[in-house]
Amino acid sequence: MITTEKFSRSYNYAFIDETTKKEIRRKILKGVAIPGYQVPYSSPEMPISRGWGTGGLHASLSLIGPNDTFKIIDQGSDASVNACNLRNFVKRMTGCKTTFDTAEATIVQTRHRITEEVLTDKQIIVFQVPQPEVLRGVERFEFKTRQMHAEADYAKMWVSLYESYVKFGAIMRGAGYPVKVNKRYIMTPSPIPRWDVPNLSHSDTLHVFAAGREKRIHCVPPHTLVEPLEFEDIKFRVEEFEGIRCSVTGEGDAFMDEIYETEGSRKHVINDSNFLDKLREGPRPHQRLFTNPQS
Amino acid sequence: MGYVAIKGGEDAIENASRLTEYERVQSRSKVLEIEQIRTQLGALVDKIMGEGSLYAPEHAALALKQVQGCPLEGAFILRAYRATLNRSYYSQIVDTRNMRVTRRISSAFREMPGGQILGPTRDYSVRLLNTDLTTEDSEDIRSFLEEFDIPEDEFLEAQGSWSKVIDILIEQGMMQAVDDEEDQRVVDITREAIKFPAPRSAALQALARAETGGICSLAYSSMRGFGSAHPTIGELRVGYTRVTVKDRRGRMRCIGTIKVTEAEVISKVKQRKQDPVPYMTLGYGLCFGHNETKAICMGILDRSMRIDDEHPANSQEFVLYHTEGVESYGFTNHLKLPHYVTFQSGLDNLRKAMQRKEDKTQNGKEEKRKTYTVGTAEAEDVPELL
Repeated sequence: MITTEKFSRSYNYAFIDETTKKEIRRKILKGVAIPGYQVPYSSPEMPISRGWGTGGLHASLSLIGPNDTFKIIDQGSDASVNACNLRNFVKRMTGCKTTFDTAEATIVQTRHRITEEVLTDKQIIVFQVPQPEVLRGVERFEFKTRQMHAEADYAKMWVSLYESYVKFGAIMRGAGYPVKVNKRYIMTPSPIPRWDVPNLSHSDTLHVFAAGREKRIHCVPPHTLVEPLEFEDIKFRVEEFEGIRCSVTGEGDAFMDEIYETEGSRKHVINDSNFLDKLREGPRPHQRLFTNPQS
Repeated sequence: MGYVAIKGGEDAIENASRLTEYERVQSRSKVLEIEQIRTQLGALVDKIMGEGSLYAPEHAALALKQVQGCPLEGAFILRAYRATLNRSYYSQIVDTRNMRVTRRISSAFREMPGGQILGPTRDYSVRLLNTDLTTEDSEDIRSFLEEFDIPEDEFLEAQGSWSKVIDILIEQGMMQAVDDEEDQRVVDITREAIKFPAPRSAALQALARAETGGICSLAYSSMRGFGSAHPTIGELRVGYTRVTVKDRRGRMRCIGTIKVTEAEVISKVKQRKQDPVPYMTLGYGLCFGHNETKAICMGILDRSMRIDDEHPANSQEFVLYHTEGVESYGFTNHLKLPHYVTFQSGLDNLRKAMQRKEDKTQNGKEEKRKTYTVGTAEAEDVPELL
């Protein structure tokens, strides 16, 4: 029968065993060496559900040390329940410092956003990626998509963008807009909104994209060219919040949440919770803003 | 949005977890012992040990208690626990010919060496709700056992172990060995991501961890019409087998005995151009515990995935990715997470498309009105001309 001893065991620092952490770090390095290439990795099970940020945790926990300061956001917010849950887990397993302040963090884990505040070369941003394969929409089989990437055969992708234009009058890609990294691999930038996509290019920060369920890691190293796919005459455009102001700060020029109140009225609030807090308290943090081309 | 909202989120998580705990115990019924779950809910324990890919009946029972018997959650907890354990050894190859069987049947032959052993099965029971169990007490159990008590060890000793039905077919040259061209590498899918086409070792590992219902539905599809499989069960065995490892000094050490279910499913091999004989081949399934559905479905899918055809069960990628219980369960449930950023990005596209349509209709209307005005003007002009 079960003895108490059998069940009293402590976890390794940062939960994952050292060999696996080393393996994940090596796979990240490979990703850095081949920007945009999807590196398969072991992806051990975590005590949180597949599809809820296991990949992000693998990357963060394999990189984190006692001197790190960890920030995690979900849909731009430090307050999101899943972000709270993962933050508590990381804190419990590492004893590291956690923060909401974007500038203070050394590792930022995120689901579906890049912070409005510009990240520096002292920081790493880890994305939780649900579907790392940018070509999945045009090719079902992993066996074939890997071949297509190897041969840089992206014709199907271009045709799908063209078809979207012909059918709807625009490239109807929402979040996760396909980009070409370092003029070689096409990748999906997790599903961040188009608003954030230009910030991947020539950034000072290392971007690590980790998809736990699909067991792939890909990276955009600092100072790497990232180009959204576009045609000579049909250009990439970010979301437009024309004339829209944040109802809390009165400020514009940030990705907005559209909020409907009980009585049916609509207002907008800046999505990035820490950015919003900083706007309320002091000077506007440094941002990189993209202007849509004239249509 | 700042501190208060965070506090709100953390309180919500904390309360949610207390509420689920409350649901588990609120009835104040008798405490469910781990031992009771392990023994009396053995089929469920076996199922989640397989899907959790960890042979640990007590841990499995504990997981089931913790999650109020949800098999998906239970298997998930076992997997997560397994991932924290050190990997000290790989086991030596287990020859299931040495298995001590409690149940052993073949549909291929009426008799086989060692005989058919029906063993414990519900196959030939009538599925009526047994209302007697509502009043069952320990006295009933005691008197039943007094009358029908076979110490399992003695039973197993009496059984011995037997060679297999397929050995007969192999001896007579009717069953073909695996193609030399087939990838025979042994990989470990828990240490490296599966790559396609996957070697058979990877496919069988994935199937052994797969969700029973998932592989059952795909195996069924390949028999019912989306595929041509209607294999014969060469042999189905349930029993105990010893697991040995080689220690650091090279000595063989038995680390324990596990209960497994093994299915050997016979089907025809694809006929080769040069060879007019449609040889037989094997679909193989082996899983933890007593789970016959799983072992049989593994056997069917092991075979169907090696057939080059266009049905769902013929595609390794389709079968292995989508029957992975912990992953499919996690991902379908992640839809509950907020998606308002991605949704907003889609709204932006949709609004612009609506605007384009409106602009187009507006232009269209104006053009029409113009024609109409011209028409009237002409009509007005007409009388003057007259």
